[in-house]
Amino acid sequence: MNAKLDFLDGRNGLVSLLVLAALILIVFPLAMGVDQLNLTGRFLSFSFVAVGLVLCWGYGGILSLGQGIFFGIGGYCMAMFLKLEASTPEATAIQTTPGIPDFMDWNRLTELPWFWVPFHSLTFTLLAILVLPAAFAYLMGIAMFKRRVSGVYFAIITQALVVILTILLVAQQGFTGGANGITDLRTLKGWSINTDEALVTLYFITAVLLLAVIVLGKWLLHTKFGRILIAMRDREDRVRFSGYDVANFKAFAFCIAATFSAIGGAMFTLQEGFMSPSLIGIIPSIEFVIFAAVGGRLSLIGAVYGALAIGFLRIAFAEAYPQLWLFLMGTVFIVVVLFLPMAWPGSTRNMRLGRAAC
Amino acid sequence: MSSNTDFLLAVEDLTVSFDGFKAINGLNFYMDEKELRVVIGPNGAGKTTLLDLICGKTKPTEGSIKFRGKELTKLPEHRIVWEGVGRKFQTPSIYDSLTVRENLEVSYPRGRGVWGAVAFKRDEALREKTHEIASVVLLAEALETEAGLLSHGQKQWLEIGMLLMQDPALLMLDEPIAGMSARERELTAELLNRLAGKHSIIVIEHDMNFVKQIGRKVTVLHQGTILAEGDMETVQSDRRVIDVYLGH
Amino acid sequence: MSDFTTQELMAIFAMQGFAGLSFFSVLLLMALGLAIIYGQMRVINMAHGEFMVIGAYATYLFSTFVSAQMPWMMDYYLILAIPFAFLVAFIVGWVVEFVLIRHLYHRPLDTLLATWGLALIMQQAFRSGFGAREVSVRLPDWLQGSYRPTMMIDIPINGLAIMGLTLVVTLGIAWLLFRSRWGLRVRCATANREMAGAVGINTRGVDRLTFALGCGIAGIAGAAFTTISSTGPTSGSLYIVDTFLVVVFGGAGSLLGTVASAFTIAQGQSVLDFFIGGSMGKVITLLIVVAILMIRPQGLFASKVRR
Repeated sequence: MNAKLDFLDGRNGLVSLLVLAALILIVFPLAMGVDQLNLTGRFLSFSFVAVGLVLCWGYGGILSLGQGIFFGIGGYCMAMFLKLEASTPEATAIQTTPGIPDFMDWNRLTELPWFWVPFHSLTFTLLAILVLPAAFAYLMGIAMFKRRVSGVYFAIITQALVVILTILLVAQQGFTGGANGITDLRTLKGWSINTDEALVTLYFITAVLLLAVIVLGKWLLHTKFGRILIAMRDREDRVRFSGYDVANFKAFAFCIAATFSAIGGAMFTLQEGFMSPSLIGIIPSIEFVIFAAVGGRLSLIGAVYGALAIGFLRIAFAEAYPQLWLFLMGTVFIVVVLFLPMAWPGSTRNMRLGRAAC
Repeated sequence: MSSNTDFLLAVEDLTVSFDGFKAINGLNFYMDEKELRVVIGPNGAGKTTLLDLICGKTKPTEGSIKFRGKELTKLPEHRIVWEGVGRKFQTPSIYDSLTVRENLEVSYPRGRGVWGAVAFKRDEALREKTHEIASVVLLAEALETEAGLLSHGQKQWLEIGMLLMQDPALLMLDEPIAGMSARERELTAELLNRLAGKHSIIVIEHDMNFVKQIGRKVTVLHQGTILAEGDMETVQSDRRVIDVYLGH
Repeated sequence: MSDFTTQELMAIFAMQGFAGLSFFSVLLLMALGLAIIYGQMRVINMAHGEFMVIGAYATYLFSTFVSAQMPWMMDYYLILAIPFAFLVAFIVGWVVEFVLIRHLYHRPLDTLLATWGLALIMQQAFRSGFGAREVSVRLPDWLQGSYRPTMMIDIPINGLAIMGLTLVVTLGIAWLLFRSRWGLRVRCATANREMAGAVGINTRGVDRLTFALGCGIAGIAGAAFTTISSTGPTSGSLYIVDTFLVVVFGGAGSLLGTVASAFTIAQGQSVLDFFIGGSMGKVITLLIVVAILMIRPQGLFASKVRR
C-alpha cells in the first residue's frame, strides 16, 4: 500500500472509510427525497461534534459535556452572517430602525451592536467559525489542564459553561434573538438556501467536509501527537515525566474537537435555516457524547454511524411512540456504558494506531 | 555551601510537610557526575518522596534542589525532564495499549511540543536509537509486542529503556527489581552496572543482596533525614542504622 | 445600586437573603446527598435531581391521601411526609445501586453517562405516571404567610421551616458520618477500600447503603421542594448543574465546604436576582464560581493529602 495513505490504518481502515463515503455520497442521495436528505444532513452536522469527541474523549480521555458551546459558536456565527444578509434596509423597511435584524428592532435596539458588525463579511464569518471556538477552547483548556483539572471536574465545569451560555443567550434577546434564536435565514451571498437544489448541494458540502474532517482526524491520530494522546490516557504521569507539557497536548485535542464541532454547527445552521439555544444546551451537549459512545468511542467513522443511528431512531420513535422515546434513549445511554466500554468487539485492534507503519 | 555547582545534584535543607507531617526534614544530599547511588531506608523514610521532590512531582516546603547549578524547585515537571532528569516509578509505568516500539518512540526527546509532535517523522536515527535501547534493556525481540502483554520484569525494563531514550544525565529508579525473578534481578544488576559509567543513577531498593551487587555508595534515610552515608560495609556496621532496621 | 439608600440596601439584602434561604436549603440537601455519594463511591449521579422529584411526588401523593382520608391531619401531614419521601427515594436508590451502579465502580465518567440515561427514563416515568403538568401540595395554614420583624423585611414562614429541616438533616448526617458505626465504616472504605475489606467491612453493603442514603436525602430535599414550588417531571433537572457546582465548589468530601458553598451560590443568585434579574443573576453567580474553580480546582475546603 502507498505509504502516504498508511494513516488510514491499512486496508481495513481504507475500506471502512470508502464504505462510509459511498453511503453518504451515493446511497443516501439516491435513496432519499430532499426532505429526508436534508434531515440526514443535519445528523451529519452533529457527527462533526461526535468525531471531535472521539479525538478528545475516546483517545485523549477528556470528557467535555460542553461541546454544544462550540457547535453553538459555529452555528451562531453562520446565523449572524445570514441574518445580516437578510436584514437589508429594503427588506426591513417597516421596522423602526431599518437595516438591523428584526428581533433587535422588537427589543428596541436602534443600532447594530459592535460585535455584530464584522459579520457583514463572509470571510470574517468563516474565519470566526474556525478560530473563535479554538481560541475559546484553548483558554478554557489551558486554564483547567494547567491546574490538573480533569475527568469528572472538567465534565462538570464544561456542563456549567453550557448552562451559562444558554441562559445568557435567552436572557440577552436583543443581541441574540433569545429563546427563539436567530430565525428566518434565507440567502447566502444571494444564493437561496431554502430551495430543494440548495438543500441537496448543502448536503453534499456537509458530507464532503465530514469526510475531510475524518481523514484529518485519522492523520492526526497517526502522528506522534496521536500516540501521545493515547499515552496520556494510559499513564498521564509517565508522559509528563518524559518531558511533555501534558496541558498543551490536552488543550490542543480540545481545540481540534471544538473546531470540528463549530464546522458542524455552521453546516447545521445552513441546512436548518435557524439557530437557537435549545440546539446547544445541556441535553444536546450530552447527546453528542452518546453519539460517540454508540460508535465505539475510539472510532472516528463509528461516531458518524452513532449520530445517524440515534438520529434515525429518534425520527422513527418520536413520531410513532413519543412517550417511549425517552425510555429508549435512556436505555441506550445505560446499555452503551454497561456493555460497550471502549469499542465494538473485534474492532479494537484495527483501531489501534501506528500498526500499519514500521 | 556555595560550591554546590561542582556537584551534579545538590539538595540542601530540603523540607516538605503534608499537613504538618514532615516527610523530608532538612535533608542535604549531594551526587557527583556518573555516580551510582543506592538509597535505602525503612518504610516511610521518605525515599520515594525525595525522588518526587527532585523530579517536581511534589513541591518542597523549603530548601533547594540544584541540578548542574540550576534550581529545579521552580520548574514544572516537563522542564525538569528537559534538564536531564529521568524518573522511573515504583510500579511499572508504561503505556499498555502501545507497542514496545511506540513506548520507546514516545519517550524520544524530539517533537516535544504540540506542533513538533504533529510534524514529527520517524527517521533513521530514531530507528537506530530504538533498536539500540531495546537491546540494552533486553527487549529487542519484543519491539512489536503490545506493552500490556509483557511480563512484570519486562515492563520494568521497558520503563528503564524509555528513560534511556531521553539520554538523561540523572536516572532515578524507584525499586527497579520489584516483582522480578532471581534471574531477572541478576540481569538488572548487570544492566545497572553497565549504565553506571554513562549516567548518574539513584536507585531506591530494599533487597540487600541486590544492593551489594550494584552498590558503591549507599545513603540511608530515616524519618526524612540522612542517617548514614558511605560504602556498604560502613553503613552496615553503623550502630544507628542497625538500630533503625532492628526497630530499637 | 446608587439609587438605594444604605438602609434600603440593608433591607433588600436581608429580604433577598431570607428568600434565598429556601433555595439554599433545597440546594444544600441535594448537595449533601450528592457529596456523600461522590465522596464515598466516586459515582457521579446525574439522576440525583430525579430522586428529589421522587421525594416531591411522594410528598404530593401523601398529601393527597391525607386530605382525602384523614383531613384532620392536614396540618401535620408534612412531618410524616418527610420520612415517607426519604423512604421511597431510599428504596429506589437501593434498587438502582443493585441493578446499575455496582457495575460501574472505578469508572466515574461512565457513571455520569449511565445515570444521565437513568434520569431520562425516570423523567419519562414521572410524565407517564403523573402527567406533564406540574402538581402542587396544599401547604398547611401554619406554613403560609410571613413574619415581619420590621416594615421593610418580610420573611416567609415556609422558608424558615425548610431551613430548620435542613439544619436537622445536616446535623443528622454529621452525626451519622462522624459518630456512628456506619460512618466509621464509610470513612474506612473511603480511605482504603482493600484494607476495609480485609478487616471485615462489607464494602459492597456500605456502598449500597451509602448510595441509597444519598438518594434518600434527595428525597427529603424533594419534600422541602414542594413547600416552595410545584413539581413537574423535569423539576429535578433544573437543579442538577447548580448542585454539582455546589459539591465541587465546596471541595468534595468536606461537609462544611458543602454548606458554605451552597450558601454562597444560593445567596449570590438571590441577591443578584433583585438587582439584575434572575437569569443574569444566575449567569454572574455561576460564572464567578466557575472562574474560582479554574483558579482553585480543589474547591473552597480541601485537605492537602500526600499522594
